[in-house]
Amino acid sequence: MNGISPSREHLVVVGNGMAGMRTVEELKARAPSRYRITVFGAEPYANYNRIALSAVLAGDKSLDDIVINPRAWYEENGLDLIAGDPVLKLDPVTKTVTSVGGRVARYDRLLLAVGSKPIAPPIPGVNLPGVRAFRDIADVEAMIDAATHRKRAVVIGGGLLGLEAAWGLKRRGMSVAVVHLMTTLMERQLDEPAAHLLQHELDSRGIAFFTNGQTEEIYGTDRVEGVRLADGREVPADFVVLAIGVRPNVALAKQAGLNINRGIVVGDDMRTSDPAVYAVGECIEHNGQTFGLVAPLWEQAKVCAARLAGDAAAVYVPQPVFTSLKITGIDVFSAGALTAADADDDEITLHDAKRGKYKKLVMRGDRVIGAVLYGDVADGTWYLQLMRHSNDIAMIRDRLIFGRAFAEQALGRNEAEMDVAVMPESEQVCGCNGVNQGKIRATIAAKHLTTLDQVRAHTKASASCGQCTPIVRAILAQTVGGAAPAEKAAAMCGCTEFGHDEVRKAIVARGLRTQADARRELGWKNADGCQKCRPALNYYLLCAWPGEYRDDSRSRFVNERVHANIQKDGTYSVVPRMWGGVTTPRELRAIADAAEKHGIPTVKVTGGQRIDMLGARKDQLPGIWADLNQAGLVSGHAYGKALRTVKTCVGSEWCRFGTQDSTGLGIKIEKMCWGSYTPHKVKLAVSGCPRNCAEATIKDLGVVCIEAGYDIMVGGNGGVTVRVTDKLVRVTTEAEVLEYVGAFLQLYREEAHYLERTAPWIERHGIEYLKRLLVDDAENRRALYARFLYSQRFWQTDPWAERAAGADAHEYAALETVG
Amino acid sequence: MGALTQHTWIDLGAAGDVPRLGARKFRLGNETVAVFRTSADEYFAVIDRCPHKGGPLSEGIVSGRTVACPLHGWVIALDNGRAVAPDEGCATTLPLRLVRGRLHLGLRCKGAA
Ligand code: SRM
Ligand SMILES: Cc1cc2nc3c(=O)[nH]c(=O)nc-3n(C[C@H](O)[C@H](O)[C@H](O)COP(=O)(O)OP(=O)(O)OC[C@H]3O[C@@H](n4cnc5c(N)ncnc54)[C@H](O)[C@@H]3O)c2cc1C
Ligand code: SF4
Ligand code: FES
Repeated sequence: MNGISPSREHLVVVGNGMAGMRTVEELKARAPSRYRITVFGAEPYANYNRIALSAVLAGDKSLDDIVINPRAWYEENGLDLIAGDPVLKLDPVTKTVTSVGGRVARYDRLLLAVGSKPIAPPIPGVNLPGVRAFRDIADVEAMIDAATHRKRAVVIGGGLLGLEAAWGLKRRGMSVAVVHLMTTLMERQLDEPAAHLLQHELDSRGIAFFTNGQTEEIYGTDRVEGVRLADGREVPADFVVLAIGVRPNVALAKQAGLNINRGIVVGDDMRTSDPAVYAVGECIEHNGQTFGLVAPLWEQAKVCAARLAGDAAAVYVPQPVFTSLKITGIDVFSAGALTAADADDDEITLHDAKRGKYKKLVMRGDRVIGAVLYGDVADGTWYLQLMRHSNDIAMIRDRLIFGRAFAEQALGRNEAEMDVAVMPESEQVCGCNGVNQGKIRATIAAKHLTTLDQVRAHTKASASCGQCTPIVRAILAQTVGGAAPAEKAAAMCGCTEFGHDEVRKAIVARGLRTQADARRELGWKNADGCQKCRPALNYYLLCAWPGEYRDDSRSRFVNERVHANIQKDGTYSVVPRMWGGVTTPRELRAIADAAEKHGIPTVKVTGGQRIDMLGARKDQLPGIWADLNQAGLVSGHAYGKALRTVKTCVGSEWCRFGTQDSTGLGIKIEKMCWGSYTPHKVKLAVSGCPRNCAEATIKDLGVVCIEAGYDIMVGGNGGVTVRVTDKLVRVTTEAEVLEYVGAFLQLYREEAHYLERTAPWIERHGIEYLKRLLVDDAENRRALYARFLYSQRFWQTDPWAERAAGADAHEYAALETVG
Repeated sequence: MGALTQHTWIDLGAAGDVPRLGARKFRLGNETVAVFRTSADEYFAVIDRCPHKGGPLSEGIVSGRTVACPLHGWVIALDNGRAVAPDEGCATTLPLRLVRGRLHLGLRCKGAA
């Protein structure tokens, strides 16, 4: 398929680095066979992720981990790779390049992507053995070698690269000092307060700093022995890293007579002064600007590829970029303006020195034009978006500095997902790897990805500096619908790879309204599902779409399908509701009558404060129910993943210790909650005082009454592993109790996994999580409560009465006798 | 196997009376026969007794060509009665055929063969 047709134009690429190969990738995607392509690279490697050299140095990654395009990629794409043989000469007249090794290639078009060169200060000693830059694999290998054989390193330059080098060497056991010319670190990205926090942190990690330090000389006889500063200070060292900056690599272009300034000058079309020669990456200068971060390179690559493919309309428009520092445990984010430039600008700051957090936004009118964040950078990408889109933030100005979640509440939205939903496909998400929103989404869908790690593996998004992780996570969540877990959650069953959370979220996010839709959309392996996932899906759908989803009896366990508990001999038991454990002579009489009339072999008081009639044949059920209904008795849902009982004690009505009307409150709660289906069974109780006769502290939700009000306890159960409740909150009125009960149950209904009781669910999240959502956030609590009540409108019909009146008659029909 | 076996066929009724992904029960002497219907409208007849502890398979959840017993969750293949691993055991299946929309259950007739 890569048959070379001689008529194809020849594209020669000089520079086998990040910008060059990205351009080739883009070109291959647009015009796969338009050019025959030859790539010259000075380094003897395939294209790798230069950014990740810091991670290799720090020991977090291996060299194998950082390859972007393996050699096989060059082969598959029919590229001729000449690695390890730099181009020495460019002749625009004959349209040829000549390599150090003597290879000559004639081009029709040439792409220069030769990156930049570390700046070597004009001081004595820079060429001594033991002095290195930090730019490529060879440098990193030298640094790792130094860390094993030498003791003291000095890094000259306290910018991003210098600090990452210092940290990596420190991590590898060297004692490290940083010499920096300016008063504060990373002065181009950080303002003073942020720089101080940063220095303080690195200081506490054992890195020494010499700020205001002008290096005058690197001294030593056979190899480096130390660094001498202009003010006379001397810093001994047996290894020195130069990290004072980079300069566009213009040597070839200059020699060929192309127009150069600081970099190789290109127009909006990425062409140099020679129309057959294009240039991208750190070697260029566009509109007076040079580049040192990868994000703008991806745009350049795209425009350049479009031009090479014949699209005459593609133009390069620079976008604001951000910087982040890749040192474990230090979160720094910086984009745009560092400080207010004039009277039109102003700054909003938030400085919590004790917790080491700092935020500054630079504003021009009602637009954000700069952001510096230290310690808490989660909102960095959001601020960057506001900058890129030049959004008017007047509405949220007073909340802006506290971050997106808080600010957007003011706009009536609080889902981080909202914005990824409206984010244009072309919007770049991962600056390091140049991955846009559309590509992430498409890959997630095509490859059925469900975890962040998978998305990283398949798209490279968030695989480098990690800054965009929250957005990638949000896109993942929005696409599959799951808050993407860090690790792959256990699959629901053998029919799917998805875990419960992912499925739940997908149902809501993608508006899946039937089981068939859900199974199809989520790529279920079995069309019918199985006995494990069907009941779960059925529940998730009825929870998500109250009043809309039609319950599927075929996905219900027999007990829930026939509304009675199957017993070991295939007969059933009947447990009518006794509200709060209170009954009347009339109800008791009705039970007694029904038991006699239908020949019920056993009548028993249950552990849940009501009466069980055991041993009924299936075909007897509708008749028994009809009789019980006559006395006002309804289903107790003893068979359901549903609200079971609300046990109570006698309370203040009768008990000499009772503080509140526990019985009355229990009845109110049961009347509010009966009929609701839940992930697992739910049992409640109300005790009238801390003696706790209703065993409220081992219930899913228990209320313990006290003189001052009500303690609401959650997450208990009996069973094999007894768990005592955690205290959620203390309230003073019954109305508040009801609100909390409804909200708690709804949260459990919406978030737990099917067949997960409240105890393990709460253990998964921690009680603090519930407190945040239910206690601290009153609005959320009320919204949950409202959703609970809404859902209850559809479920508070007695299933027994419906069936006594003839619903599902075939279920209860007597056997047919044949033969 | 079938060549030597002779069956008499009993008409159980209209196939459409069996709910999809469900079952209907028929009493046959002392046994209860469950007739299952899959989502693909295949029909299978199985004696309604789980090989584990005799649970009523007819009350289980049907998916694909299997049913999950309601008592302890064994999964039984409807076409050959075998319990799906790791469980071991076999429920009894009976021949069943569809004749113009009606279900005919095959009983081995003694003395034929
Ligand atoms: C009928 C009853 C026993 C009785 O005669 O008293 C009973 C009977 C069963 N319980 Fe229970 N439990 C009964 C009260 C309890 C209680 C006491 C309570 O509710 O205060 C507990 C401890 C409290 C709790 O749930 O935390 C209790 C903890 C369990 C458990 C363990 C739950 C756990 O989370 O570990 C199971 C097993 C399960 O659900 O998976 C269980 C399961 C069962 C099952 C469903 C076993 C089964 O799978 O067949 C029994 C069904 C009986 C039936 O068919 O009617 N039963 N069971 C009680 C019915 C109460 C009611 O009125 O609804
Ligand atoms: C340690 C480190 C950490 C970084 N961290 C970040 C970060 O967190 N975020 C970020 O955005 N950016 C970061 N950068 C910068 C980023 O790596 C560069 O912006 C990017 O690699 C530039 O791409 P490029 O293709 O222009 O140049 P390069 O990737 O350098 O590619 C140029 C290639 O051309 C080759 N070459 C040069 N001359 C010739 C010749 N004559 N013949 C043949 N080949 C030649 C070079 O050997 C090189 O392989 C970091 C850089 C380093 C070194
Ligand atoms: S313990 Fe308290 S609530 Fe329970 S019965 Fe005794 S006094 Fe009443
Ligand atoms: S009786 Fe069927 S699984 Fe136990």
